[in-house]
Amino acid sequence: MSRLLLKGGRVVDPSQGIDATLDVLLADGKVEKLGARLAARGALVIDADGLAVCPGFIDIHTHLREPGREDKETIASGTRAAAAGGFTAVCAMPNTEPVNDTAGITRAIVEKARAEGVVRVYPIGAITRGQKGEELAEYGDLQEAGCVAVSDDGKPVASARMMRRALEYAKAFGLVVIDHCEEETLAEKTCMNEGPVATLLGLRGAPAAGEAIMVERDVLLAELTGGRVHIAHLSAAASVDAVRRGKARGVRVTAEATPHHLFLTDAVVRETGYDTSTKMNPPLRSETDRRAVVEGLRNGTIDCIATDHAPHTVDDKNVEYDQAAFGIVGLETAVPLCLDRLVGAGLVELPQLVALFSTNPARVLGLPGGTLLPGSPADVTLLDLAKRRTVDAARFLSRSRNTPFGGFPLRGWPALTIVAGRVAFQDGRRA
Amino acid sequence: MSFPHRHLLGIEPLEPAEIHKILDTADALREILDRPIKKVPALRGKTVINLFYEASTRTRSSFEIAERVLSADSLSIAPAASSVTKGETLLDTARNLEAMNPDMVIMRHASSGAPHMLARHCRFSVVNAGDGAHEHPTQALLDALTMRQKKGRLKGLRVAIVGDILHSRVARSNLWLLSKLGAEVVLAGPPTLIPPGIERLAQVTHRIDEAVEGADVVMMLRIQLERMAGGFFPTTREYHRRFGLTEERVRRAKKDVLVMHPGPMNRGVEIASEVADGPYSVILEQVTNGVAVRMAVLYLLLGGSAEAAS
Repeated sequence: MSRLLLKGGRVVDPSQGIDATLDVLLADGKVEKLGARLAARGALVIDADGLAVCPGFIDIHTHLREPGREDKETIASGTRAAAAGGFTAVCAMPNTEPVNDTAGITRAIVEKARAEGVVRVYPIGAITRGQKGEELAEYGDLQEAGCVAVSDDGKPVASARMMRRALEYAKAFGLVVIDHCEEETLAEKTCMNEGPVATLLGLRGAPAAGEAIMVERDVLLAELTGGRVHIAHLSAAASVDAVRRGKARGVRVTAEATPHHLFLTDAVVRETGYDTSTKMNPPLRSETDRRAVVEGLRNGTIDCIATDHAPHTVDDKNVEYDQAAFGIVGLETAVPLCLDRLVGAGLVELPQLVALFSTNPARVLGLPGGTLLPGSPADVTLLDLAKRRTVDAARFLSRSRNTPFGGFPLRGWPALTIVAGRVAFQDGRRA
Repeated sequence: MSFPHRHLLGIEPLEPAEIHKILDTADALREILDRPIKKVPALRGKTVINLFYEASTRTRSSFEIAERVLSADSLSIAPAASSVTKGETLLDTARNLEAMNPDMVIMRHASSGAPHMLARHCRFSVVNAGDGAHEHPTQALLDALTMRQKKGRLKGLRVAIVGDILHSRVARSNLWLLSKLGAEVVLAGPPTLIPPGIERLAQVTHRIDEAVEGADVVMMLRIQLERMAGGFFPTTREYHRRFGLTEERVRRAKKDVLVMHPGPMNRGVEIASEVADGPYSVILEQVTNGVAVRMAVLYLLLGGSAEAAS
């Protein structure tokens, strides 16, 4: 099989504590070795001078929409968007049509991804059948077919009893239960964050407390059961605090945050004049919440950055604000946003960012990768930290364009994405 | 000064001088309504469409009369179904109307921000006749016109706005307008109906007596009876006792207080009949001023000629 030598890049691998100029040799789909001035010996050489060479980035929260909503995204288009965004693997949320709640659907996704995908696709199964919150899905079968976790994402598990059973039952398989935390009775018919901005806009808001209540519950249930809970797209200061306290007590809880909750607040709903690309769930919160999420990321309370990539058609978004679909695309903006607004802004060092995108997601869900240790999968993300470019939604490889970041000038972009030793994406516009 | 806006989406974007300009124009145009022949050619050849997605009696007829008095060609459409559940989208409807080259669309819609979408995508002028819980600018303008007529000024007036502030576009538009023009606004209602953050823009109290105390104007807001089912308050009986405007409470206000209500009223809930029909009530004058204010808005936005309006 092919051999690839990444020559002269800045290798940043937090799993090994490496941040140095080294060569990386990939062979037969694995990392063969790291070292200074490695001999090419018949390998294809890629000049990585000026690039950061990192273990492949993993997005643990992606909506690929297939099966069922191929008008919004397909496995083919979504994985190409992922590769262009610097991701070598994505975890596909189960709220497809039909819901991924049986092994047959999981197998269909795995096969489709093998045939048409350009990055690794790890399906996530449903917590409950049909995501209805009533009966457990068959976790054993789901895992055997390829599911790496369970989640009813898009919906919370409303019943505490059901969440308790899920956490307990998932222990038999070592599966993580990923919860979308939202107390629904506080969020009915809402379309943004509750607060002064919603008041001025006359839009119905969901309070941040509605998220934190469920995070607190889940932390307590994980403590009760000894199960593994992962909090999806954490957005509120009180939620960060609940996770921090849980971790301090030794509860098996992890958490993720999205770029939009790190870099935007509910003020943009007003500034953009009700632009529906600012509508997602959980909603953009206050500046206090945003700062708390950034701080949670810096101090390790939050384990990973995930996109919550949620493609929607123009028709789903080009309607009245309260009627518009929730969610934004994120695969092609997450990494440049974080390079610019976290690393460029001096809030997070590059090795920590690589951990948040790679090592930690792999650890949280027990996935292969997240490291360049010899013998690991040859999944590598190369970044051009100096590259300046403006976000242009028209060039997205995703089938959808629903982003609030269009026109953002950003410094630091993915340059090359390698999956299993093969180039899945190469920035053709490299200077 | 010429009027620098193409649309009237809310009071919030207006400068104080622009608000005065609308009110002055309304004062000047109101006289036409007292003439034996209530028609001037100011907007002859202009086409105006009234697009009302929500039921309305006062606002819609008031706009229609204003359009006719100014000789605009107008028609009214009231699409029955919500734009999303059936039929065409709001944007498709708007683009179809646009293809007929109207000069202005006046829209009422249940979704906050719906008129902003129209203004962004279409060529015609947009007037917001009420969007969700966001704004109802012509209502605030007619309220201000009424206050200015009766009190001679707005600056320094103490205005109590009482009731369901949470769901009220009238409250928001009035709050913007009155604070821009230097009035002192006190908001009152049960805490369940006071939206978070509003205290940054006005005084807030949960005791109506406190709000009415020394007020120049008391503006009561409609309580929608379905709010009871939503758990915002226990019964209309208790609401009336604790938050309704009774004769006894009116006495706490200034002697020459104005009692206002944007309608439709729930007698015996937010306002006692004796107050609504009493000597302080200017509720029907508000309606008359509604026509004058809408004439002014049409005239200023459509650039009517001054000679033709005289």
